[in-house]
Amino acid sequence: MKSKMMNKLSEWLTDEASALEREMEASQERAADEDEAALTPAEIRWAQEEKEEEERIARRLNEWTDETGTKISRTLYSILCLVICLTLIVLLLYTVTELPSFGSPDHPINNEVSARYIEKGLQETGAVNIVTGMILDYRAFDTLGESSVLFTAAMVVLFLLRKDKESHKYSPLAKVMHDNPHSDTYYEPKNDIILQKTAFVLVPIVLLTGVYVVLNGHLSPGGGFSGGAIMGAGLILYVIAFGFAKMRRFFTYKTYQFVVLIALLTYACSKCYSFFTGANHIPSVIPLGTPGAILSSGLILVLNICVGFVVTCTMYCFYAVFRKGEL
Amino acid sequence: MQLLVNYEETAAIILFCIGFSTMMLHKNLIKKIIGMDMMDAAIFLFLASQGYIEGRKAPIVAGGVQSVEAYINPIPAGLVLTGIVVSVSVTALMLALAVRLYYRYHTLNLDEIIALAGKEEV
Repeated sequence: MKSKMMNKLSEWLTDEASALEREMEASQERAADEDEAALTPAEIRWAQEEKEEEERIARRLNEWTDETGTKISRTLYSILCLVICLTLIVLLLYTVTELPSFGSPDHPINNEVSARYIEKGLQETGAVNIVTGMILDYRAFDTLGESSVLFTAAMVVLFLLRKDKESHKYSPLAKVMHDNPHSDTYYEPKNDIILQKTAFVLVPIVLLTGVYVVLNGHLSPGGGFSGGAIMGAGLILYVIAFGFAKMRRFFTYKTYQFVVLIALLTYACSKCYSFFTGANHIPSVIPLGTPGAILSSGLILVLNICVGFVVTCTMYCFYAVFRKGEL
Repeated sequence: MQLLVNYEETAAIILFCIGFSTMMLHKNLIKKIIGMDMMDAAIFLFLASQGYIEGRKAPIVAGGVQSVEAYINPIPAGLVLTGIVVSVSVTALMLALAVRLYYRYHTLNLDEIIALAGKEEV
């Protein structure tokens, strides 16, 4: 009994609602009919013409801004650039005339800081090369930051350019790779005999030069960064001559990650040790050695080798990622 | 003429302005990056020239001589080293971004890229 009543109630309610909707629709239609009826055909035509005129004006304005506007803004931009450049060059050249003479010893930059580095650097760091002693001992934290910047840049480049399963759909280079999986690269010569014979002779020499520059960083001009760049050039020459398949036998993405992370960790840990001992006035157990010997200057040799590894791997990583999209 | 006495600084300034105008006036992204690199090189030249002292040697202790009068200033050399490493990283990053933009818009012209990107937003 109760359910029957509920049914009837709901039916009545929905009926009411739909009746209301019907009423509203009908009234709207009536209103629209009345509007159209009120306008004479001439008025309608006039309204349409007005509309078309407006559209034409808007279109012409758009075209004008598209063509003339961009032309004007481009010219303005060029003129503004030239003005800024000329102002900059005049201002900076005026500043140069105010600078102390080139090569004069009484330049204010030659103050007690550089005097301290030159007079005490050898005793305090053990490095004959004062610049190396400065960047890897006094300012070693800064150099750790530099190596991390290189590592971060390599990671971001890898993140931007790395080839994946979908990439051949949107990148032409990856499509070439995808369509010809056996071609090392599409554009470069493969198995070039002159290149291979030259690389066979040159790669060991280049790598040995790099090792020499890294290991002599505290004795002669050079160090981790320059030596690492030379060794990276050696690896790049090897991969150009012999291809990625041979390179992957000893250098893959995992090798890269492992070597760079171990190098950065070694750097950070050894510097933590010297910061800890230095801040607490504990004598360091690492001997500075005789100046001028290969095994001297304490931690600087280790740090140079770490930086050299990071730079070598990063240079090769840049090349491989830009050329092929993977290591 | 102080400009001719400070000839290395003058050359650095001119190189910097050439790089700056290259970066501002060219539409090609690669040329913009080249301009940026020229500005970097100009700054390194300027810094290195600041440390030079007439008639002195590079700061590598030889023969136990450790007087300030014997060597040039080592600090600008260290600063330039830092700068070169950062400049290499920044260049690699910019080139990677240019490659990605080329993959997406098939052009290196910055104006066209901006126009295409504007159409995409609508």
